[in-house]
Amino acid sequence: MQPLLKMQGINKSFAGVAALTSAELEIAPGEVHAVIGQNGAGKSTLIKILTGVYRKDSGDITFEEKSWNALSPREAQDNGIATIYQELSLVPLRSVTENVIMGYEPRTKLGLIDWKAAHKRTREILADFGIHIDVTQPLGSFSTAIQQLTAIARAVSLNSRLVIMDEPTSSLDDREVETLFGVVRGLKARGVSVIYISHFLDELFHICDRATIMRDGQTVAVREIAHTTKLGLIADMLGRDPEEIAAAGMTELGGGERERGEVLLEATNLHTDRMLRDVSVTVHKGEIVGLGGLLGSGRTEAARAIFAMDRLRGGSVKSATKGSAFSDPAEAIRAGIGFLTEDRKAEGIVPEMSVRENMTLALLPRLVKGGTIDRTKEEEIVNHFVKALGIKLAHIEQPIRELSGGNQQKVLLARWLALEPDLLILDEPTRGVDVGAKFEIQAIIQEYVEKGVGVLLISSEFEELVEGADRIVVLQDGKSVSELQNPGITEESLIGAIAQSHDTPTDGAAA
Amino acid sequence: MLDQNTFDLRRYIQGNGQSMGVWLALIVMIAFGALRYDNFAGAYNISSFLNYNSMFIAIALGMCFVIMTGGIDLSVGSVVAFTSVCVAYLSPYGIQVALPGGILAGMAIGSINAFFVIAMRIPPFIATLATMLGAKGGALVISGRQTISVDWGSNFTKFGMNNVGGLLPWSIIVVAILAVMLWIVLEKTSIGRTVEAIGGGEDATRMMGLPVNRAKAFVYILSGGCAGLAGVILASGFGAGQPLEGVGWELSAIASVVVGGTLLTGGLGSVPATVAGALLLGLVFNMLNFENGRGVISISAYWQMVIRGLFLFVVILLQSRVSRVSAKQEA
Repeated sequence: MQPLLKMQGINKSFAGVAALTSAELEIAPGEVHAVIGQNGAGKSTLIKILTGVYRKDSGDITFEEKSWNALSPREAQDNGIATIYQELSLVPLRSVTENVIMGYEPRTKLGLIDWKAAHKRTREILADFGIHIDVTQPLGSFSTAIQQLTAIARAVSLNSRLVIMDEPTSSLDDREVETLFGVVRGLKARGVSVIYISHFLDELFHICDRATIMRDGQTVAVREIAHTTKLGLIADMLGRDPEEIAAAGMTELGGGERERGEVLLEATNLHTDRMLRDVSVTVHKGEIVGLGGLLGSGRTEAARAIFAMDRLRGGSVKSATKGSAFSDPAEAIRAGIGFLTEDRKAEGIVPEMSVRENMTLALLPRLVKGGTIDRTKEEEIVNHFVKALGIKLAHIEQPIRELSGGNQQKVLLARWLALEPDLLILDEPTRGVDVGAKFEIQAIIQEYVEKGVGVLLISSEFEELVEGADRIVVLQDGKSVSELQNPGITEESLIGAIAQSHDTPTDGAAA
Repeated sequence: MLDQNTFDLRRYIQGNGQSMGVWLALIVMIAFGALRYDNFAGAYNISSFLNYNSMFIAIALGMCFVIMTGGIDLSVGSVVAFTSVCVAYLSPYGIQVALPGGILAGMAIGSINAFFVIAMRIPPFIATLATMLGAKGGALVISGRQTISVDWGSNFTKFGMNNVGGLLPWSIIVVAILAVMLWIVLEKTSIGRTVEAIGGGEDATRMMGLPVNRAKAFVYILSGGCAGLAGVILASGFGAGQPLEGVGWELSAIASVVVGGTLLTGGLGSVPATVAGALLLGLVFNMLNFENGRGVISISAYWQMVIRGLFLFVVILLQSRVSRVSAKQEA
């Protein structure tokens, strides 16, 4: 059978940096096809080229045996490829009807919108999906699931032959996910193909036929879902052959050989609105506890919940100084906790401020003497850390945005170290920094842990967790599912634990 | 790595590229005015210029802090009108009662803004638009739509009309003290640095345990208080509470702040440059008056507004070019 879509040798670079190198994708008619890969693997770039958001630099695309070159998303839609984005691209204040038929309204003879026909048509479309609602109401008055299904209904009503779903289940609950799966199966039965992008590997095994795995802008494998395992998919995504990995010294961290002290923090059964369902983790003095798991497993969310960035729905956080959860980040900081966030640009640096001001922001309450900031003490502290962490800059008054990523990260690390914390939460501390700075940052972490600081470490770099952590708590779908102890953890066993927990049904709902 | 203790002038100028333009323009204009017009540098012109513009400096200072947090305060013009009426009623008790009374009245409206913005989470543009209308209505109600004459018997009008040493009006002295205090607050205190950090990233600031809500409340109440002070200067300088005055003053204040190099998106600002910005805008008016006074040409008040708008445009254009050039050099 001829493929519905064939993308071959697609190249694309942004400002000289290659995002896609000879990427490929092939979709059969009536197939549900997963596209998976780590962040930055090139999934969304490939899809955006297909839907006309980006232009390819070179390569061939054939859709329905004709050469395809969508110049705009609208053109892609008109020619049978519809996209449902992660962020709902609908208009919540307008009626359901308007959202479904927007741009394709039936007209009366006078050229005005025929509302009666429009509502009727919308009701018919939604009824196909088992949705019976008042289509004259604003879309925003319905649940997220209904909105999501409305977006899909819109896509399908436009006679699409290929529907692209980007993380469609990220805002749905279990029952709504089932409804969505029903819709996907319905599309398949009608001969419509679906490209399914998701971080939740479990879902792929429920509804997908094949998976294209991308890594570093290239298509590295195409697997039949029926003939692969989650372990296999994860190994493909990470580009590792578990059997070949020897846990040789790849980091400056050394886990499993430390004496751990008293309990610093005990979080049990954490539950939040932001996808945490049941996470428990304990950190002792002088140890590194890793949070393992794939993207979307709830690692960052667990850290945010502990630091009182997100409101707890259930569970408890006990610290050395307080028997209950913190009410705001300020209280967590006073209790001796620092939180180096994953998103350096949005949550870390204040770009227009100087290195000095950035470094001492969290320390400010302690720098105030007689109502004003003690500038001498401030500069003393800043100069100390610039020297101790080897931060390369021209002057401490330099705006932080001028520093390299690695040096910015060191300034942010210093911001928390200056507080002399008991516990540091480090979310991707070495992401986006060059190799040299990475080793230096790891060495700094190691040094502080030896001094007795407890660390909760989140990292997508498996060797950092495997070699650095004394224990790794493995998370999956917002739950902590297992715990590994060092010495004894290998990348293989960690990947195994992550995949294992995926393969083990955690409740009877699947049956 | 360079020696960290040496002061690098080139880097300082680059780092402050946004506010260099305003100082340069100010110096050039003063030099030009002093050479071209006979009485420009005379005591009368200087004192009346400073007296009138002290009001605009005051509201620009408050506005500068609000804008640094990424907010805006549209209510200041109406607050000036409202407090000028309030203090006209207070004038029999003397300036020692009217001055604090006027500032407190302004701060009260500032607190309403703070409550809307922080507790009710209403966008500052909308919240202060509401208080702008409310304060204007309030001014008309308590004045009965009349200009309220002040008590000339008390010391109230001395504040707005007398000069110290024949040159410096009381009003500009009070505003100068305010500016120095706010400069210290911004540069030397943790609340000042919190204000700047909020404009740079509110979530990040909250995450660092800094008192975001307290700092935001501070800026709106401060802005109200500054407008209150301007209201006192207005009433005592003109001998009347004026419910219809203050229209469009918030835009003058915003313009001064922007000319002073403060980013409208927040996160970066300067107290001295804001003062310079307000003086610069005032100077344009002042010089147009002198130009008319020479009798060669006559520019109507409407044309003066057009010219002022054009001038503002040119300054901002120059500034964005200066900061773009310095950003490029840094990159």
